[in-house]
Amino acid sequence: MAERAAPGGAGPEAAAPVPAGAQVPELSREEKLQLRKEKKQQKKKKKSEKGPGAEPPEPGTPSEPGQPQAVHPTSLPALADGPGGTEKPAGGKSKAELRAERRAKQEAERAQKQAKKAEQSQAATPAKPRLTPTEPQSVVKRLPEHVQVDDPAAQKKLAKKLERQQVPLRQDYGTKVNLFSHLHQYSRKKPLTQQMSIPSTVIHPAVVRLGLQYSQGIINGSNARCIALLEVFKQLIRDYSTPPNDELSRDLVAKLKPHISFLNQCRPLSASMGNAIKFLKKEISCLPDTLREEEAKEKLQDTIDKYLREKILLAAEAISKSAFEKINNNDVILVYGCSSLVNRTLCDAHVEKGRAFRVIVVDSRPRLEGRDTLRRLVRKGIHCTYVMINAISYVLPEVTKVLLGAHALLANGSVMSRVGTSQIALVSKAYNVPVLVCCETYKFCERVQTDSFVSNELDDPDDLIVLRKGQAQLSGWAENKSLRLLNLVYDVTPPDLVDMVITDLGMIPCTSVPVVLRVKNVDQ
Amino acid sequence: MEFQAVVMAAGGGSRMTDLTSSIPKPLLPVGNRPLLWYPLNLLERAGFEEVIVITRKEIQKVLNLDTKMKLDFVCISDNMDMGTADSLRHIHQKIKTDVLVLSCDLITDVDLYKVVDLFRTHDATLSMLMKKTHEPTEGVPGQKGKKKPVEQRDFIGVDDTGKRLLFMANEADLDEELVIKRSILQKHPRMHVRTGLMDAHLYCLKKYVVDFLVENRTITSLRSELIPHLVRKQFSSPTSLQQGQDNKEEDQKKKDQASLDIYSFIKEDNSLLKPAPDNSCWNDRRGDMNETLHEGKVRCYVHIMKEGLCFRVNTLGLYIEANRQVPKLLLNLGLEEPLVHLSAQVTDRGMVGSDSIVGSSTQVGEKTSIKHSIIGNMCTIKDKVKITNCIIMNSVTIEEGCCLQGSVICHNAVIEKGAEIKDCLIGSDQRLETKAKHVNEVIVGTEQLMEI
Repeated sequence: MAERAAPGGAGPEAAAPVPAGAQVPELSREEKLQLRKEKKQQKKKKKSEKGPGAEPPEPGTPSEPGQPQAVHPTSLPALADGPGGTEKPAGGKSKAELRAERRAKQEAERAQKQAKKAEQSQAATPAKPRLTPTEPQSVVKRLPEHVQVDDPAAQKKLAKKLERQQVPLRQDYGTKVNLFSHLHQYSRKKPLTQQMSIPSTVIHPAVVRLGLQYSQGIINGSNARCIALLEVFKQLIRDYSTPPNDELSRDLVAKLKPHISFLNQCRPLSASMGNAIKFLKKEISCLPDTLREEEAKEKLQDTIDKYLREKILLAAEAISKSAFEKINNNDVILVYGCSSLVNRTLCDAHVEKGRAFRVIVVDSRPRLEGRDTLRRLVRKGIHCTYVMINAISYVLPEVTKVLLGAHALLANGSVMSRVGTSQIALVSKAYNVPVLVCCETYKFCERVQTDSFVSNELDDPDDLIVLRKGQAQLSGWAENKSLRLLNLVYDVTPPDLVDMVITDLGMIPCTSVPVVLRVKNVDQ
Repeated sequence: MEFQAVVMAAGGGSRMTDLTSSIPKPLLPVGNRPLLWYPLNLLERAGFEEVIVITRKEIQKVLNLDTKMKLDFVCISDNMDMGTADSLRHIHQKIKTDVLVLSCDLITDVDLYKVVDLFRTHDATLSMLMKKTHEPTEGVPGQKGKKKPVEQRDFIGVDDTGKRLLFMANEADLDEELVIKRSILQKHPRMHVRTGLMDAHLYCLKKYVVDFLVENRTITSLRSELIPHLVRKQFSSPTSLQQGQDNKEEDQKKKDQASLDIYSFIKEDNSLLKPAPDNSCWNDRRGDMNETLHEGKVRCYVHIMKEGLCFRVNTLGLYIEANRQVPKLLLNLGLEEPLVHLSAQVTDRGMVGSDSIVGSSTQVGEKTSIKHSIIGNMCTIKDKVKITNCIIMNSVTIEEGCCLQGSVICHNAVIEKGAEIKDCLIGSDQRLETKAKHVNEVIVGTEQLMEI
């Protein structure tokens, strides 16, 4: 089989002339790139083989910069011959044979890769795959520290960084479930302040208070955390004074870093907080040097106020107005957990506009946030039903729409929200109930996630221990070697389960999220 | 700056006058260190660098503590009868931030961050420390019979989490019934009322409380007046000025009253927390449907210690108990000083028990057994003396053949040969004659006896 031989022939040929030394990385990248292109061409050829068209392959055309000319031209004519040779018996090849060919090719490439790895001396690359740069200018994406907890090198780097910033390192607690061993798991009973001096000198007291409120769960919810963060930053800026011989624009960012590390140690930053911090850092570094310190501080506080007002408060109003159009009389709306946006929408719709609808509040352990939603809605006089998440298939037949809140919207259109949301979306889809997600644009995130494992948050496992009649069955879970407790915080809902996203820019489908992100980047 | 620490060391020790008539309370030796050293050590371990110490002039002259902190002594003269709140008012100009008030007689190994974290997390007005009391088991010298001193009980009401302080009343202030306001029960339907708790007199107070004290001169004591007032204020609404603007005079009076209300001192920069809690879904109570997070502006929290040491040395029994527990505490703190001081000359090391402390420059003769006792500095103990369960302060001379049990012997006392002392308190500078036998007595100088 000419085709099978061709890449097999190209393989060892490609592997052999790889010189050792400094040129090895470039070569290997080029090699990989070339192999990928070849694979693509193979696939295209296979498709064209089934039909009568026998276009000559195009491996000669893609740009081949630099050295490995010696290798590739030899492989190319081999390829060129291959499909040409097999064009004639195209109809004769059955699906099984095509599959076998594909498998053989994959194995050959795998063998190539292993041979290359054996030759390479650098073994310092992390186990996780790195996106290789396609052109010299593109960005190498690095994995954030908080999903590399089981990588000792990354943790050592983090420990060094924290030590430099004089922020204590929070210890993980309890054995983690294997699938999530790459994430942090902290205990609420061991706060970060245990390792700090009282009164705190390195970290501003307002930030210490905020960190404690985050880690004890007093301020939770994406919007609340972001608002509190911005207010504390305003206070930090107020209390900041530029040291002599330094620029405010450069020094302030450096001063903010330890505080942000501290807050990150108390509780991993949310996507909304991350975006707000990025915005603030950009604003600070763009400050013109001509401003005096007082004016600069005023200007910064004004920008923070503006951000808060526009992106959070006014956005909430706009979303409430848009979502109102979707709420009809005699609707039965299902909500999950406690989302400040959804609560506001429902309260506005009921109180100000006087729509008649009833709400089913779905709740889940261990947070039981639905109780707070229930309290807020009932206070306004909305007719509510309260169920646990295991009852949703019983209540869904009478639900007309589902309104969900989001923690972040990812670049591929997935919705990252409180754990349980994806289940609600799934079951609603099965019952053909429309699912609407309310989310402000400042929570749109450039990450892409297709599963809930890679980047998540593990909460305190002791929250799962329930006290009934003075007895807690799970209280000795740490001593039991084969028992692990898992308390996940977020999960990812795929975009095909969500019918519409209501944002302050209007009502968009899930797949338009990257467009919004692109427009936002262009604006800024 | 986040906190300023204030140690109240001007108190008289009114409940143990036998001891404190000759030695001021902050200087009482516990484990051969002055009592004041313990709260200062607690602050130093927590990371404080500066402390304000309110004390009397004579104490400051004698005091020399080896501490790395910067001590700012504020002296108040003896004839001014100042309560703890008065002292705080006296130094109010030095106080620029939230304040941590300690009493000089507190010996504890609590993790201070637990108390302070409650204060920070909930933005509380007051955060304090309490511990379950245990009655001292050993007999107290000078106590006739087994009669336990009847102390007025404190009723402390906490909510379900055990952190929020809902109710505090002393038995002396109540007639026959415990009255609990309905508003408290509406907000917190489950309240646990406890009586066996001892207040450690460690308070974290917000700055506006000090401002309130400055204006409100009727409050003299922190423990008995200010704290119950704050706890009560949690659930009472601020006196509003809008109650009818009929009479200008009445208005003025109301204004005066209102200005003494603590709510007027709470600055409105708490707008920091305003929008966030509205969006957060944390709830500090299940009782009612009102806005949960920190609705009232005054909040009081308490940390109740379950294990560990926490003493207030304000009676003789507690003083003896403290001396007994202190070697353990010093060991836990990792202080490197050996129990038997290096300069002490002890002839028979074997006769000194493993938990006894012998001070510097003390001479101990032959065949002298020392068990469970604390011997001060520069003492002279001759041969064949048996000391069990005693506290012996500095510069005491004990002649041969004495037998001392369960007693407290103050500075510069001299005990002649062959004396047998059991459960006694020998005051300073006393001299006991040879072959004296005393059981369960208090021997102090006539000038130290209280005048009736």
